[in-house]
Amino acid sequence: MQRYFKTIRLFWSTAFASQLEYQLNFLIELLAMLGTLLGSVFILSLFFTGGRQLGDWTWESALVIQGVYTFLDGLTNALLRPNLTEIVNYVREGTLDYVLLKPIDSQFWLSVKKFSFAGLPEIILGLLIVFWAAIQSGSSFSIYSLFVFIISLLIGFIILYSVWFLIAASSIWFVKTWNATEVLRALLAAGRYPISAYPVVLRFIFTLVLPVAFLTTFPAEAILGELKFNILFFGLILSSLFFIFSRLFWKFALKHYTSASS
Amino acid sequence: MRIFGLSIKVIKTLLTTQYAYMLEYRIEIALWALSGVLPFIMFSLWSQNDVGNSFGLNDIGLARYFLSAFLVRQFSVVWVVFSFEEDSLSGRLSPYLLQPLHPLFRYVASHLAEQATRLPFAIAIAITFFILNPSSFWLPSIPQLFLAYLSTHFAFTIAFLLQSLVAALCFWTEKSSALERLIFVPYLFLSGLLVPLSAFPSNVLKVAMLTPFPYLINFPAKILSGMPVDIFNGFLAQILWISILVPSVNILWKLGVKRYTAMGA
Repeated sequence: MQRYFKTIRLFWSTAFASQLEYQLNFLIELLAMLGTLLGSVFILSLFFTGGRQLGDWTWESALVIQGVYTFLDGLTNALLRPNLTEIVNYVREGTLDYVLLKPIDSQFWLSVKKFSFAGLPEIILGLLIVFWAAIQSGSSFSIYSLFVFIISLLIGFIILYSVWFLIAASSIWFVKTWNATEVLRALLAAGRYPISAYPVVLRFIFTLVLPVAFLTTFPAEAILGELKFNILFFGLILSSLFFIFSRLFWKFALKHYTSASS
Repeated sequence: MRIFGLSIKVIKTLLTTQYAYMLEYRIEIALWALSGVLPFIMFSLWSQNDVGNSFGLNDIGLARYFLSAFLVRQFSVVWVVFSFEEDSLSGRLSPYLLQPLHPLFRYVASHLAEQATRLPFAIAIAITFFILNPSSFWLPSIPQLFLAYLSTHFAFTIAFLLQSLVAALCFWTEKSSALERLIFVPYLFLSGLLVPLSAFPSNVLKVAMLTPFPYLINFPAKILSGMPVDIFNGFLAQILWISILVPSVNILWKLGVKRYTAMGA
């Protein structure tokens, strides 16, 4: 276990050093992030014109969802995207061989090799929005609600990671999966809005098929102290299943790996 | 006869080879088409929450608008900066620069060929949409269709030129695709992909109309869906943006080529 922590530390410190070379990139990401946030809050505000509510969510509580979305988007940009979109290249160039030969779990290596520090401001800002908007909507935090919030964020992140990893792992067969991740990104954008704002059919799909609800709506409910315990319990089971499936799928995919170079 | 200084023969060869190339990637292109589902997600939100009325659109109007926005996006989507960056970093650009053909034309041809490959998927998605929302079915009139077609092509041209401007920055920086985000973000919110621009408060609308973005989705989509729209001024603005962007791309490109260092060669 200690070996894994040490590896992460080494990975991310080298990532930090190499990214210092591209400081302009950092600035661009920061601008793009602020623009995206401004734009989405603006679009969200259009739903509330004339004192309306969005699927029984008030303006402040809907902002909590935006915060959770921003936080997860930051994690995606920092960790998931840089690592998991690389898998395709390892497969195409045959360099996956070297990863598999290393005396460390290959899924672990592929998932944490890089860390893009440009995603960090988004992560922090996302959390700030969550707490600010939760206070605005009159939520009183307790140790319990914070604990449930952290657990539900973890559930959301594990589901998000597993779905991304499943698509990335399928590149063992289909070398081009970039487009599939684009479809995923487009669908995940649905998480910017509370699940109850969608028509019934989509609510069902976004809860059970592609569990967008577990990514943003439920963590937001958790910090507002409204999350039902059985949903949390269900989320724990669902996220474990997603994670176990991603591991089994990776083992299965490796059996079909034919190595491009040798 | 020559079009943009290219002979018919060159154009034909470019288009047919690129089309053959694109046909190889049909599944990828189908996925690309699917990745444009955002207008449909937004449609379900706007109609479910009855917001349409506040900007003068009933459910049918909303459905038509967002289907049109989806279609316009399908045929105006641009990725030249990503292809160009890859070609530039891997040194593939060098032989292209030696040919008596502006490299950008190759990318134009590949985009047009991709649009042709995309057509059946886009139609399939439109039919699915009509099956799910039968009341929204409509067929635009021939003049409407023609004007929508024309304005979508102009929208594609503007988007292509905007991205080429960023792509030309590849000559200065290795990571110009990161800069593309700075165009994409305002595009996402001001083009009308997420909401018809008539929903904007008037002061935001005024600022938005000063940018090229509303003419990329909102204007062609309004024509196609049969919403009232100022056709003359819309086309005027599109042509104006094209005539500003063409010389800008030209100048930046010429300056850039002088700095070209043939990476990877």
